[in-house]
Amino acid sequence: MAKMGQSERRQALAGVLFAMPYLIGFSVFLAIPLLTSLYNSFTEYSVLREPVWIGVRNYADVFKDELFYKSLGNTLFFAAFSIPLSTIMAIALAMLLNTKVRGQAFYRTFFFLPSLVPAVPMAILWLYLFNGDFGIVNAVLKIPYGALGLEPPNWLSSVDHAKNVLITMSVWTVGNAMIIYLAGLQEIPQQLYEASDLDGASPWQKTKNVTIPLLSPVIMFNVLMGIIGSLQYFTQAYVLFPGGAPARSTYMYSMYIYDTAFRDLRMGYASALGWVMFVIILTLTFTAFRFFDKKVHYEG
Amino acid sequence: MAKSDKTLTQQNLRAVVVIHAALVILSLAFLVPLIWMISTSLKEASEARAFPPTWIPKEFLWGNYSEAFNYNKENLGYAPFAVYGRNSLILCLLTVVGTVVSNAVVAYSFARLKWPGRDVAFALTLATMMVPFPVLMVPLFGLFKELGWVGTLRPLWVPAWFGAAFNIFLLRQFYRTIPNELSEAARIDGCSEWGIFSRVILPLAKPALAVVALFSFMGTWNDFLGPLLYLQRQESFTLAVGLQSYSSQAGGTPLHLLMAASTMVVAPVIILFFFTQKQFIQGIAATGLKG
Repeated sequence: MAKMGQSERRQALAGVLFAMPYLIGFSVFLAIPLLTSLYNSFTEYSVLREPVWIGVRNYADVFKDELFYKSLGNTLFFAAFSIPLSTIMAIALAMLLNTKVRGQAFYRTFFFLPSLVPAVPMAILWLYLFNGDFGIVNAVLKIPYGALGLEPPNWLSSVDHAKNVLITMSVWTVGNAMIIYLAGLQEIPQQLYEASDLDGASPWQKTKNVTIPLLSPVIMFNVLMGIIGSLQYFTQAYVLFPGGAPARSTYMYSMYIYDTAFRDLRMGYASALGWVMFVIILTLTFTAFRFFDKKVHYEG
Repeated sequence: MAKSDKTLTQQNLRAVVVIHAALVILSLAFLVPLIWMISTSLKEASEARAFPPTWIPKEFLWGNYSEAFNYNKENLGYAPFAVYGRNSLILCLLTVVGTVVSNAVVAYSFARLKWPGRDVAFALTLATMMVPFPVLMVPLFGLFKELGWVGTLRPLWVPAWFGAAFNIFLLRQFYRTIPNELSEAARIDGCSEWGIFSRVILPLAKPALAVVALFSFMGTWNDFLGPLLYLQRQESFTLAVGLQSYSSQAGGTPLHLLMAASTMVVAPVIILFFFTQKQFIQGIAATGLKG
């Protein structure tokens, strides 16, 4: 390193001092726990006894574990539907708002309000809305289903439908993404639309050729965050479907890790499950990034 | 020409009608669950479970709220909701103050001061946002158990005083928009780094700090997994875990009371939103665009 002058040295000292809280916090609450968890994943460990090294057995067990596949499958199913559907809903809402109709501020607030609802009351409310006996969802669905001579499903106790309840909830809470997309839309230069008007482009062509490409960095950001978030999906599923009822059809990966660690006290195995989750997140994020990077249109 | 003008306005009119119709229908879909929650919270127990449901309560029973507030008081000897609420408020206060103070200071170092290893440290900071919480859950629990903090609010708020990647990132972006000449001028006047930070940067960064405070409040008020891990006795529960314990209780809490309790947990957040709408919206937009 080049020799530093006195003022640079003073600045470097100040810099390290200002960053000190984080450097400490980073080590104590992140780096050390992360390494500890890596070590623990190669041990048999219940909080009651010291960890015992068992090599890669935990990892070998993970890949033979039915509940691992079940919970990972549920989580990926949830992500595979909730991320695209939420993205489409958020972009559609943002585009509607961006038409600058009268009352835009009111509509924006209406669409945003559900995103403010904390996860626990939201899950409790959902439990009630989708209740098969007196829920409002089936009160409304009875009309179209009845016309076809069918009964609406019992959402919460049906293996086929329980996951849809969670997906619906995620589409209901797209407020944050909607705001981000709206801000993105407002940055698209108006001339581009005027130019395509002159070329006689239809609204669909304008969406496809102007809006979506220019919005693509924002879409990428939201999808990447969506992947990281939904792989860790926990609270709503835990409150709505204790134990992943019905028949483990809503048992999420995070719930499995939580139960393994704190109910079964198999901390070593839980750590291995956690690291597998970490690797899956990294792989998916990286793949999505590569996929988008070819398509994303970067301005300037 | 006149003819095409006319078709254009007709087309526009049709578009406006379609857009408005879509907005109204979607607004209903987004609002009905919340209206439903409030409506049920004012109903009588049997009406809450009636099918087909009634949209407007036959009678507005505001007393449901005080009943929900005092729910289970006879058994426990204290009003659990008040205790959960107090815990949530204490936790939010300690977390918000810690988050604002620590991130304001740390982000200054990453944004405006040069020190060896800074850029590597910052890249590492961003990378840590991908670490899922379940990986850290076990060792953190072990650490706090070692410290004797399990069962108290401390594991939930103490880490907030050491900065967090997301907030550092957000504030760093904001600090960098403040012209460097301001700091240089103060530096030439013999101002210390702390002086520059507290007298030049901080006053200008208030809007960004408000956003950090808001997000931190929301995150803490909503957090469920953290309190679920560390809090074991009813008296230390926050509203999120307390509400969940109401809902999962054997026999079940009566629905209308559950909805009243839920409304009381949601209301503070919504009220806060209405008072800080501008910061809120701008803050969210900034997290997604400036990246």
